[in-house]
Amino acid sequence: MVEWLQALYDSFYKALVPEQRYMAYLSGLRMTLLIAVFAVLLGAIIGILVAVAKVGAKHSRNPILQVLAKICGAYTTFIRGTPALVQVMIIYNLVFTSADTNPVVVGAVCFGINSGAYVSEIIRAGIEAVPRGQMEAGRSLGFNYVQTMRYIILPQAIKNVLPALGNELIVMVKETAVVSVIAVNDLMKMAQYVGSRTWDVVPPLVIASVIYLIITVFLTHVIRFFERRLAQSDHH
Amino acid sequence: MIITKNLQKAFGDHQVLRGIDQHIEKGEKVVIIGPSGSGKSTFLRCLNLLEEPTGGEIYFDGTNVMDPNYDVNQLRQHMGMVFQQFNLFPHKTVRQNITLAPVKLKGMSQAEADKLADRLLERIGLPDKADSYPAQLSGGQQQRIAIARALAMNPKVMLFDEPTSALDPEMVGEVLELMKELAEDGMTMVVVTHEMGFAREVATRVLFIDEGVVMEENTPQEFFSHPQNERLKDFLSKVLH
Repeated sequence: MVEWLQALYDSFYKALVPEQRYMAYLSGLRMTLLIAVFAVLLGAIIGILVAVAKVGAKHSRNPILQVLAKICGAYTTFIRGTPALVQVMIIYNLVFTSADTNPVVVGAVCFGINSGAYVSEIIRAGIEAVPRGQMEAGRSLGFNYVQTMRYIILPQAIKNVLPALGNELIVMVKETAVVSVIAVNDLMKMAQYVGSRTWDVVPPLVIASVIYLIITVFLTHVIRFFERRLAQSDHH
Repeated sequence: MIITKNLQKAFGDHQVLRGIDQHIEKGEKVVIIGPSGSGKSTFLRCLNLLEEPTGGEIYFDGTNVMDPNYDVNQLRQHMGMVFQQFNLFPHKTVRQNITLAPVKLKGMSQAEADKLADRLLERIGLPDKADSYPAQLSGGQQQRIAIARALAMNPKVMLFDEPTSALDPEMVGEVLELMKELAEDGMTMVVVTHEMGFAREVATRVLFIDEGVVMEENTPQEFFSHPQNERLKDFLSKVLH
């Protein structure tokens, strides 16, 4: 028993300390977080545009908007109906073929496009939860459709769905592990790298999973905190 | 100021307005009554094109507003509207509710708009509520602020869509009182309401709309004391006790 514990300790020590291997995890973590944050930001921008186009097309007969909404519909269907791994490979090989592309940009674009589809559905639900009278009140004052969306509907819609958007960030942190397949040195990739150096694959992966877990649990608490703050401003 | 010619509106197969011809002059206070489902709210909502008419014409200050090239948003800046459900913006303070449109649409500076909001809040008797959120206010207070919000755009005409129907009885008075003051100040008003007392006291003309047409119109005195139309007599006997 003692020997087994000693061996376990040795293998984790080997995966963490010599050659400053802990730095590898930290640099991987930094990459993972950068990609996740930028992916969610890009996803939020795409998501808002797609959601507004879809909701707008529902209440309008403008042919351009109808075509746009169809394209947006195809986009969300494709993204939500295919594995992220496949999407990442396609986007990477289609767009980022030159050798010196910035890995953060590659990851953020891949997952931003992926995340946008999910975020758009979240925001669409948020927009549809805002009472109809709000749009009418905005329009009756003389705001056009886009202005009413921007100043009146979207602020309320996004407030409604902030917890769901926070969850999307957590999902992104985990999902980005997929970028390790396109030579981006994220946390997952660095764990594999350490494993290849020590000839002992499992301990680095366990370390990586613990780091992922710490980040997601931490983010969950942050989101809960904001949820409580928002709930307070609702009933004064 | 507003002219409608053979105004029609259908929702699918359901014909709600069957040709309404009206001529609303500057300074008039037109009160529209009628049973629910008669089309009176639809008529009001057609005037600022919140509902798109399916036939007929609407002229505002001599311009055909149903012309595809006409700027609907410009029209709406001149027509204030007050809703049954108030529709204040819940994420904004009272002051922001009032100043949003003048600042974004008329290019007024925020400081100027804030002063305007203070003046309007003074006028409606809620000067201390500028920094409150709508959810902190009673229904009557919210509706008065909704009126102030519409007035902040300095409209030529005010449309009221059953402004007191969603209010608790004890709050109806304060809203009607404010509307009365507005009328005395010379505002052109079109009011859909069930408040017969208000119609009698404030209206320059009362319309009875039923089944999508104006069945009767008259001065309030004649309208209430000598109704001609059988359906109007029937309606009045039910609502006036």
